[in-house]
Parts: sequence; structure tokens; C-alpha cells
Amino acid sequence: MSEIRALIVDDSSVMRKIIERSLRQAGLNLSVVHEAGSGTEALELLKTKDVDLILSDINMPSMDGLEFLRQIRAQNLAAGVPVVMITTESSEEHVKQAIQAGARGYIRKPFTAEQVKERVLPLVDAA
Amino acid sequence: MLLNGVRFAAIARARGGGINEMEQTMAVSLRESVQVVSDPQNLDGSVDEVFQMMLGVNCVRIPGPLETEPESVTAVVGFGGLLSGACVFKCGSSAARKIAAHMTGMEFEEIDDIVKDGIGEICNMLAGAWKGKVPNLAANCGLSVPAVITGRDYNLHVQAPEFQLRHAYQFEDAGFEVTIVCDGLQ
Repeated sequence: MSEIRALIVDDSSVMRKIIERSLRQAGLNLSVVHEAGSGTEALELLKTKDVDLILSDINMPSMDGLEFLRQIRAQNLAAGVPVVMITTESSEEHVKQAIQAGARGYIRKPFTAEQVKERVLPLVDAA
Repeated sequence: MLLNGVRFAAIARARGGGINEMEQTMAVSLRESVQVVSDPQNLDGSVDEVFQMMLGVNCVRIPGPLETEPESVTAVVGFGGLLSGACVFKCGSSAARKIAAHMTGMEFEEIDDIVKDGIGEICNMLAGAWKGKVPNLAANCGLSVPAVITGRDYNLHVQAPEFQLRHAYQFEDAGFEVTIVCDGLQ
């Protein structure tokens, strides 16, 4: 598998580490992992860094995950890069909002490494 | 005061997410399903789910209240929307360090920012899992970001809630308490 540059967006540093560990357990060959604690921080990062995969929480202070998704599309950042939401919000309405905003996948917290593998690997393989 | 803060944050988040409009169009009410909302098994199921999936441990419910340690950690996540209230997670210092160790694979000598962050996230996932078990609540109730308190000799007081579930659990030798406080139901 080719090397992947990932961006993980979550206001919890512990969750960012858990997500990174799950991605590695899923078999992703991560060359670089960028981290951001909010949508605002992530947007700034995307202006200077190229990534191949984005995983983002929804409930975050400053700028939430849905607004972050809308902004990366509006500002034409990370064009074509798959975005997967990882969040405690699990209703169909939230999934619908995320997909409408441009998310390609949705993982509910709590999650297992197996779930991350199932939802993320096909997106990376297809890219 | 803290409960009000997180509750208002959750209400604001619920409104921001269009939940108010959804409530009006769907005319959803939880009043008639208060038995389902306050079902204690939902809380037990949420604790099992979060601790098994994120820590790889099985929890058992124990008779409360929890034995107190001098230093403790409390995380609060507010609910807003069809239900207002909060999910409160409380444990002693040693349990908090053990939970964070299971989450991160690191060892902790003290309650540092990583431990507090981990406990806040556990509370966040418990709140999300719990509301996800109640039809209508998953989509019509917002969550605040977690607030975490640490220290000695403090109490969290809630005035006359509509209902309250308080359960104590244990894994290995680590005990913790989860409380769902509902102070308003539409």
C-alpha cells in the first residue's frame, strides 16, 4: 500500500492518538499524520500541507466538523481528498448532513479498529 | 453553575444544527416515552459499549455510592434540545489514570491534561451512546463539548431534576460513577 498523509481533526488529543493508532492497526501506511484541534486550525493547516485522507470529529469548539467540511469545499482545499467523520453523533440526520456537506464516510464513537478498517480502507484504495 | 453552562452550550449547539426546526416540523415529543428515556438498561448498555470498544475491558455494575478518594475527576457533557440536562462521569484519581492508560497505552503518575482529556472524551462517548439508544433523542438532542473538573472536596449539586440515573461500575480495581440528569423534557 502506498504511503498516506493523514489529517486528524478532533478537539481531544487522546482521541487523535486513538484514531491514529486505529488507522495503523487497519493497515494504513501512514507517512505523516497532521493533527488539528478544531476546524479553524485544520483549515489553516490545509492551506500549506497536502494530505490524502482527512478524519474529523463533528462536535468541536471554534468551528465544528460540518462547517469545516463546508469550508474546505468552499475554499477549494483538499480537492478530491476523502473525508471521514468520526463522531458521537449517530442519527440518520447527522449522517445525512455530513454526506451533504461532502463527507465520504461516517464512523460512530465508540469504534473498533475493525470498523475503521472497513470504512476507511476502501476510500484510500479508491483514491 | 457548571451544569447550566454545559446545558446552554448543548442547547446552542442543538439550535445551530437545526434541531429546533426539526422539532417543530416533526412535532416530536419525549413526554410520552419518559419510561424509555429513563430506562436504566440504556445507561448500563452505553457503559458496556464504550468501555469494551475503547478500553477493551468489561465493566460490572456495583452498589453505589462510590468509595471516595481525596482527589477526583468529574466530566460533564450537557444535553440540549428535546431533553435538557447532563451526563456526569466521576471517578477517583487512580481510576482516572487507569482509564487514560487503557485509552492511550501510556502510564500516568498524576492527573495531567491527557488524563483530563481522556475522561472528558469517555463522558462524551457515554452521552452520545446513551442518547443514541432512545428513539427521537439521537437526532433531536445536542451535546456540549465536555467540561472537566479535578480537585478535592467538591460536590456537584443538581436542583430537583425531572429524573436522574446514577450508577456505579467497576473494571479491575477501578470504580467510577455515571449520572444522567434530566432537568427538562419536551
